Amino acid sequence: MKKILALTTAMLTSMSGIAAANSDLQKMIDDPNQWVIQTGDYKNHRYSTLDQINKDNVGDLQVAWTFSTGVLRGHEGSPLVVGDTMYVHTPFPNIVYALDLANEGKIIWKYEPKQDPDVIPVMCCDTVNRGVAYAEGKVFLHQADTTVVALNAETGAVEWSVKNGDAAVGETNTATVMPVKDKVMVGISGGEFGVRGSVTAYNIADGSLAWRAYSMGPDEDILVDENTTHLGKPVGADSGTNTWEGDQWKIGGGTTWGWYSYDAEENLMYYGTGNPSTWNPAQRPGDNRWSMTVMARDVDTGIAKWFYQMTPHDEWDYDGVNEMILTEQEIDGVERKLLTHFDRNGLGYTMDRVSGELLVAEKFDPVVNWTTGVDMDPASDTYGRPAVVAEYSTEQNGEDVNSTGICPAALGSKDQQPAAYSPKTELFYVPTNHVCMDYEPFRVSYTAGQPYVGATLAMYPAPDSHGGMGNFIAWDNTKGEIVWSLPEQFSVWSGAMATAGDIVFYGTLEGYLKAIDANTGEELYKFKTPSGIIGNFMTYTHAGKQYVAILSGVGGWAGIGLAAGLTNPNDGLGAVGGYAALSDYTALGGQMTVFALPD
Amino acid sequence: MRYFGMLMAVAVVSGAGHAGLAQSADKPDNISVAYSEDGRYFTEDDVPTYNVADDGTIDWPSYSGFRRYHSECHVCHGPEGEGSSYAPALKNSAVDMDYYDFVDIVVNGRKKVNAAENSVMPAFGENPNVMCYLNDIYVYMKARGMDAIPRGRPSAKEAKSDVIREDENACLG
Repeated sequence: MKKILALTTAMLTSMSGIAAANSDLQKMIDDPNQWVIQTGDYKNHRYSTLDQINKDNVGDLQVAWTFSTGVLRGHEGSPLVVGDTMYVHTPFPNIVYALDLANEGKIIWKYEPKQDPDVIPVMCCDTVNRGVAYAEGKVFLHQADTTVVALNAETGAVEWSVKNGDAAVGETNTATVMPVKDKVMVGISGGEFGVRGSVTAYNIADGSLAWRAYSMGPDEDILVDENTTHLGKPVGADSGTNTWEGDQWKIGGGTTWGWYSYDAEENLMYYGTGNPSTWNPAQRPGDNRWSMTVMARDVDTGIAKWFYQMTPHDEWDYDGVNEMILTEQEIDGVERKLLTHFDRNGLGYTMDRVSGELLVAEKFDPVVNWTTGVDMDPASDTYGRPAVVAEYSTEQNGEDVNSTGICPAALGSKDQQPAAYSPKTELFYVPTNHVCMDYEPFRVSYTAGQPYVGATLAMYPAPDSHGGMGNFIAWDNTKGEIVWSLPEQFSVWSGAMATAGDIVFYGTLEGYLKAIDANTGEELYKFKTPSGIIGNFMTYTHAGKQYVAILSGVGGWAGIGLAAGLTNPNDGLGAVGGYAALSDYTALGGQMTVFALPD
Repeated sequence: MRYFGMLMAVAVVSGAGHAGLAQSADKPDNISVAYSEDGRYFTEDDVPTYNVADDGTIDWPSYSGFRRYHSECHVCHGPEGEGSSYAPALKNSAVDMDYYDFVDIVVNGRKKVNAAENSVMPAFGENPNVMCYLNDIYVYMKARGMDAIPRGRPSAKEAKSDVIREDENACLG
């Protein structure tokens, strides 16, 4: 660590402008035969131009081969394919397998880190891991205990490793990393443990630290300058401390465990920050900046170009971590570089990603009720702020009061499960939750490394709807409208993928892979895999044939919250247990299933 | 009398499938209320327990346990102690386990890490949000395990006694 710290200053001074563009990686990302980073591409489209499997023949899809990961916990993320090698990761203990596609999936190497099992219980909501990333002959794994390792892609040998956080104070990792140019971008989890969130850039060559940007704290910690804006206005001095009481920003939350995106032309990366700690809003007066914020940062320096705080002073645990999807589309007759984001708070945001201007903010689930909408008038004092409905305000109702019927629930109208975008249809395909909650905040005290929650929640399917807990929707981001919506019995917790074959893939918690028509949503194929799906779809070719792969393995927040079924507290005595229990449909087990058309 | 009827019903329905209850005849009764003090209820062996009045009103500690459980425990053990894909159903542990063993595991933690399991219960001994409410969580879980309190938010509860309030303030510091 000493060496790394010493290097930091040198790196910072020598960095400007010399970072070689990683053109090799961009070429590999552009090649649809491979899938080299978790998000498919830097824009987070999760769209493949492969069309061998298409809407006319997807009904004939069949299982080509399978692989058991040997781990039982929740399996998020997806495998990668680089050339003839597939890389498969697992939840804790974070095993990585390299499989030889030219040799019937034979294991080339296996890497299993030694981690202190004490990290397990400080990982709120299961020991998931959202996968590895590839760049420059290295496979990057970010372990549960926050160790980032660069593995030799051919041998699995550790080339370097660096510790990004401290599990003893509740700092853990569940996310993938994003390689950009000569750096790898790394986030952190632990918002329920009073962690102060950050994004850190490490140099791909040797793992030395290039920069770290905290979500809150003094200006030198959050990497802002006089040009950093919020909705077009400079954020000013001390913006990361002046909306907190005293030193509360030090345990402020704002963790960074979502999917990152990158615009090479603007040299900016985009990501969202999580909830402020604790869940009891009365304990942390103020807007709690920059929790719940969309961030645009220069990838070389980490300096923020703009912020947009979606949910000032969170009262419901609506983390802002979900992915930012980058598109070039016409809006109001003008071609613009857009950023589209489906937030936990139930609003679908469309922004200009160059300037940070807010263009659209509309509900992507009609049951969302905590707000009447966002103030879109740039001249208004409350520009960009959501209007909070008093009845559903856990702040206004106060500590020790149970606020009922709030939609969405804390897990959000959508959690990290990533959406897909098809440039062909210009539609976003979004896996969503259709769950509401009662929320009662109360006073808690902070102890390092212990949960710092401070609220009791009861969750139930959205009332007066179809009775299910999820929807899979198609969304028009220029109008802010749902185009069609498919009801699902359980929350849709898998990542979607769209292809040039005019199909969209998603998975369900019961374990179904579903392929639907990208235009109409019509179901074209389904197959029940061995366990519930919370992983993401990917596709690749080998020897000229297209394959689609998905990880099964139920778990995560969904496996915890829905395992026994939800209750409806309004039903009173005797009527509970009427809702579907996930444990009636599926059980633990990590497996990859690979699909192809018959020969 | 309400408890007796409920116990019988559970025992008959669950039959051989529920080892914990099948053995309960040999074990000391860790459910029935022997006496109460300042709004808290205890068994003959001075072990904390829950109380549900004939009209369904529950004791304050069980209600408090409902709140604290869903703040500190449910992110692993699932709603209302039902268990999850990640951690066991605490509502059964509270009934089946000896009270002092239950307390020991909450205070000191427990690890089951081997080829088949990666299960770790953290030590909460330093966490006032758990330790100041440990008995509340325990009696709520026991009530859930016996199905004396249904899933969901308890409807009617006894008032918080002055002694409980004073003890809580002293404990949280």
